[in-house]
Amino acid sequence: MINALIEVFPVLMKGINITITVFILSAIFSYLFAFIAGLCRVSNNKYVRGSTSVYVEIFRGTSLIVQLFWLYYAIPMLFDVGIDNRLMAGVLAISLNYGAYMSEIVRGSILAVDKGQTEASIALNLSRAQRMRIVIFPQALRMMLPEFGNYLIQILKATSLVSLIGMTDILYHGNILRSTNLSAAPTVYLLLLVFYFIMALPLIFLTRKGEQISKRGVAS
Amino acid sequence: MDINWKWDMFFEAFPYILQGLGVTVGLTFACFLFALIFGFVWVFLRRIKFKPVNWLVTWVMEFIRSTPPLIQLFFIYYAWPMVPGIGVSLSSFESAILGLGIHFSTYIGEVYRSGIEGVDKGQWEASTALNFSTRQKWTKIILPQAIPPTIPMLGNYLIIMFKEVPLASTIGVVGILALAETYGTDNFRMLESYTIVALIFLVLSYPSAILINKLEKKMNRRFNKKAALQESKGAVV
Amino acid sequence: MVESLKEENNSSAFASNMEPIVEYKNVHKSFGDVEVLKGLDLNIFPGEKVALIGPSGSGKTTIIRMLMTLEQPTSGEIIVDGKNLWHMEKNGKLVPANEKHLREVRGDIGMVFQHFNLFPHMTILQNCMTAPIQVQKEDKEGAKKRSIEMLEKVGLGDKLDNYPSQLSGGQKQRVAMARALVMRPKIMLFDEVTSALDPELVGEVLEVIRDIAEEGEMAMVLVTHEMDFALEVADRVIFLDDGVIAEEGSPREVLEESDNERLQQFLYRFRS
Repeated sequence: MINALIEVFPVLMKGINITITVFILSAIFSYLFAFIAGLCRVSNNKYVRGSTSVYVEIFRGTSLIVQLFWLYYAIPMLFDVGIDNRLMAGVLAISLNYGAYMSEIVRGSILAVDKGQTEASIALNLSRAQRMRIVIFPQALRMMLPEFGNYLIQILKATSLVSLIGMTDILYHGNILRSTNLSAAPTVYLLLLVFYFIMALPLIFLTRKGEQISKRGVAS
Repeated sequence: MDINWKWDMFFEAFPYILQGLGVTVGLTFACFLFALIFGFVWVFLRRIKFKPVNWLVTWVMEFIRSTPPLIQLFFIYYAWPMVPGIGVSLSSFESAILGLGIHFSTYIGEVYRSGIEGVDKGQWEASTALNFSTRQKWTKIILPQAIPPTIPMLGNYLIIMFKEVPLASTIGVVGILALAETYGTDNFRMLESYTIVALIFLVLSYPSAILINKLEKKMNRRFNKKAALQESKGAVV
Repeated sequence: MVESLKEENNSSAFASNMEPIVEYKNVHKSFGDVEVLKGLDLNIFPGEKVALIGPSGSGKTTIIRMLMTLEQPTSGEIIVDGKNLWHMEKNGKLVPANEKHLREVRGDIGMVFQHFNLFPHMTILQNCMTAPIQVQKEDKEGAKKRSIEMLEKVGLGDKLDNYPSQLSGGQKQRVAMARALVMRPKIMLFDEVTSALDPELVGEVLEVIRDIAEEGEMAMVLVTHEMDFALEVADRVIFLDDGVIAEEGSPREVLEESDNERLQQFLYRFRS
């Protein structure tokens, strides 16, 4: 068992850079899409609202793995990209998918801020943009924190999918090892799960922290 | 920009891919049923007061929940038979039920827990006062109140699981995604094939989501007077 | 009776030699099928203190909420300092006001709410400073100085860095008043500001309102259930019933001398 570990561990580590890169990029873009789409969904302009809803419903209504494959084949047709279209497809699929889910959190939190807050800011003659920026959004952000932490863990889990479009992440290397040596399979996959769990631990604690902050922040 | 799209192939692929829908939907319900039952196991394991056990159960749940279901599937399908002594070889369909079922049972367990915690404390006290046995308390008093309000949440998980089931194609379950892959590679029509899969998912899951949303609002009105009150307040303003 | 009272009012302290600062002209307001205001005509003069009383649902809160632009009238006009609040001129035609117009006109109006509506994520000093800096583009130091002065005036000079959640209801409401006053409004609206308070905290809030009222320059409209307070502070009391002004006049005339039956019933319920 120890021997198997020593044999397997360095092989998996070869993919750790890819896994972490995909995770960080996906997390950044997920939040970006979530905020943009979430704000668009509470916009006054019904065309902005409508087109954003279409994006959100399509990505929430279909499966991430399908989106990943679809983008993987569609991107080379749509863009004449010189950069690695696998990385682009992987990051884009994950962040468009989770961006859509999280935009619902953004929207819901903004709408959940007490109506009195808007009324008080109107009474102080703040402009629409100021109302959102100074009063509503900071309060909504606190409500978003716990869910945002949870989604961070979902995004991390989703990074394992990029091996399916041939990205050489930790799962990819693990699969190669398994296909050459089937008896190593238990070590390989157990180690992979432990890898992912270790990466998830800080996120789990971050989520709990977020829950605490969230509870503190919305008292009125 | 060169979009290479052939409608005739799209329409040819559609019925072919649709053949896999039975497997995809069947697997979804099988996984869901497994998770519904196994969810209760977590609820009761977590109620064990003995500290080390409680700690262990909590972290095992956390482990299952925060690691990728894809790797869990691989583990069950490829690694489990290799484990000396307790290893069992399962078909891809069985592996998928077990893998996805266990993964989502940890979420379902939390849903149950929230439902149980939502039952008024007075209900426990009243059933003690009426001298019900522990078993009767659960089956006659607590669960009948705890579970119905969670139905919309469970419905949401059904939809989420439906969208996770195509993962099973990676261990050889031939649902719509696997058929799309076969058709796509055989005919060099990947984009059309995957678009069809996406459409099928959208057509099935979007109306279901709306339905569950409606159900949720109805349930809220019935079970959660506070939420319903806020809702009606909002309507006036 | 109502006719004669109105005439008397016109010849009172706020006489015809003054232009009203707020005019409601035949204002109607419906929520769905329910008409809560049925053709309101009302003038408020600079510096005047008006108390609006009446049973719940009589439309008194709606009157001030429309002035604060929180509710849009179904029909009719509201004129603030000579400017039409809900309509603006565009190519010689009257069109519904846009955000820019509303902000221009409502700049002179401040409001205190029943449920305080303090910003929970800001300290009480920040609660007061934010709007002068953001809206009136005042420099930070000046806004801070005035905010502290105002908070001291309402007796909370020692709580500047506290968050609203750390204050009692009465203290919250005093912060809310300071926050509105820092904006130097010409018209201040008070929407049942003591209704959400525990009885023992009502006094400190009324005290502050009394102080503000004595300074005199600002017009004040108070929706209130505190009849004794209205009697003491108001120049004019208006009794609303079923969406119309059923009685108005000096506090003494309305609260003590009127023989309007509905008013009698209403007052009876409060005094018992």
